[in-house]
Amino acid sequence: MSVEPETSPEMSTAEVCDAGYQALAAAFPGLETSVFRGQRRVVVPAASLAEAMRQLHQAGFDLLVDVSCVDYLEYRGATSRYGLVYLLANTRTNERLTVRCFVDDPEPTVPSMVPLWPSANWLEREAWDLFGIRFTGHPDLRRLVMPEEFTAHPLRKDYPLQGRGERHNFPVISREQS
Amino acid sequence: MSIATSEPLSQSADPATASRSEEYLWTLNFGPQHPATHTTLRLVLKLEGERVVDAMPEMGYLHSGFEKIGEHLSFNQYVTVTDRMNYISPMANNVAWHHAVEKLLGIELTPRCVYIRTIVAELARISDHLLCNGAVGLDTGAFTFFLYAFQQREMIYDIFETLCGARFTNSYTRVGGLSQDITPLVVEKIRAFLKTFPKTLADMERLLTRNRIFVDRTKGVGVLSKADATARGATGPIARASGVTRDLRKDEPYLAYNDFEFDVPCATAGDCYARYLVRMDEMRESLRILSQAVENIPAGPVDVGIDQRIARPDKKQVYSTIEGTISHFELSMSNRGFEVPCEESYAAIEAPNGELGFYLVGDGNETAYRARCRPPSVLHFALFPHLIRGHTLSDIVAVLGSLNIIAAELDR
Repeated sequence: MSVEPETSPEMSTAEVCDAGYQALAAAFPGLETSVFRGQRRVVVPAASLAEAMRQLHQAGFDLLVDVSCVDYLEYRGATSRYGLVYLLANTRTNERLTVRCFVDDPEPTVPSMVPLWPSANWLEREAWDLFGIRFTGHPDLRRLVMPEEFTAHPLRKDYPLQGRGERHNFPVISREQS
Repeated sequence: MSIATSEPLSQSADPATASRSEEYLWTLNFGPQHPATHTTLRLVLKLEGERVVDAMPEMGYLHSGFEKIGEHLSFNQYVTVTDRMNYISPMANNVAWHHAVEKLLGIELTPRCVYIRTIVAELARISDHLLCNGAVGLDTGAFTFFLYAFQQREMIYDIFETLCGARFTNSYTRVGGLSQDITPLVVEKIRAFLKTFPKTLADMERLLTRNRIFVDRTKGVGVLSKADATARGATGPIARASGVTRDLRKDEPYLAYNDFEFDVPCATAGDCYARYLVRMDEMRESLRILSQAVENIPAGPVDVGIDQRIARPDKKQVYSTIEGTISHFELSMSNRGFEVPCEESYAAIEAPNGELGFYLVGDGNETAYRARCRPPSVLHFALFPHLIRGHTLSDIVAVLGSLNIIAAELDR
């Protein structure tokens, strides 16, 4: 391995089952990777995300645990604004891998993972809803928790925690209209 | 708005149009307020007669921005919010949250704390499964079963009340420790529970497991295959009822689960009945864990030492030692607190519903930069249209109940 990970007591577990990651590293040399508290993380550029995830799916990562997003707007030293986080797991070997992919503002877009893992469906809808990340190839990219009429993406760092006014944007539906 | 289709019945009277398009389908709005959803969620159903052709789950009615709040509350404060996620088993959420925080901070808990957390997590599992199976029984007509289950839940509430003062929203854990130590009275109550609960569990099994009506209503309903379970992200008892053997307590042992002897109940049928059986058996395994844990609680402190500057020292230490005073002062000052690495980590526990994890991004502050919650309910609710297609309207309550959808956890 080319990386010098941080020393941590749980590191050995990451060394043991690393097969899926090794397969990815062989196919995509030069990926930025690190280990923290025994967790293997790898950064994949958005351009090769689809291909890399397909390889990981074939390498045995059959469970997509989570798709989430981090807005690095106020994060010290961050170069990209959004970081997508894919948590993968292999249910046979219990290997875990965190795939991160950075995208930037005008049109943050990544390929959808629904064709590989159907579980990505709602998770990606949530990331679209709360962060405004577009997932190309998603079959049904609607808002998940916020109402359809909502215009903002509330988990972005430039959306305030408190404030008034948002409710006035909602249409009032009378009993006759409903 | 989107559900208002035009006069479905009058069109179905005309056979010519009915055969050509789907217009004869009846659209039914199920929820958001419905006695069988138990929580606030909505299903838009497409029905052909009594058969469900398609279902569109809608969520967000209880969305209260828990993840946004997580970016503004400190690691210790946020535990009160986790109580309100899956309010059926808040203890498990508390444990999951601080498990993730401690992974980010790299804290090694004391053995006593580890055992107590294991005990409360297993009690939470029992109480969650009791309510879930009880609600399935209730929705399929077994009201007595539900009352038997709730009676036992009350006993667990009593244990929690004695333990930490709160019955429902416990907020029991702290970074690096617990809000209170376990007392002999709590141990007594848990022992009493361990003695009485197997009897009630046996009664409950006798009431429902071979009940003809219940079996007919749940067997073969909402079948989830093993491949689908993994591909669609099911975890916990729902995945295990479909033949997936994954259980984080065994596969990635956390807390004290390595010390105990227990089995992971699995089934292969993947239907509502299998999910019911898996939950019933999991309660029995939880009892096994509890009976081993409660007799072997290690002595010693519950919080990590003063030298780590993580957990607030108790009053005796504050007033009688200089280290305690300094530590208390440092932890109380808003501009001090403990050090958090500028890193990201994910940690999950096997919550009663499945894999409950938190992805935390630390930026040096005592507040998470991002506190992502990975709730099992979202992925399970997404399964629902897949499971219900082709079944009848009356099967909805059985499937919905066996998925154990908790809307507060769903929406966060």
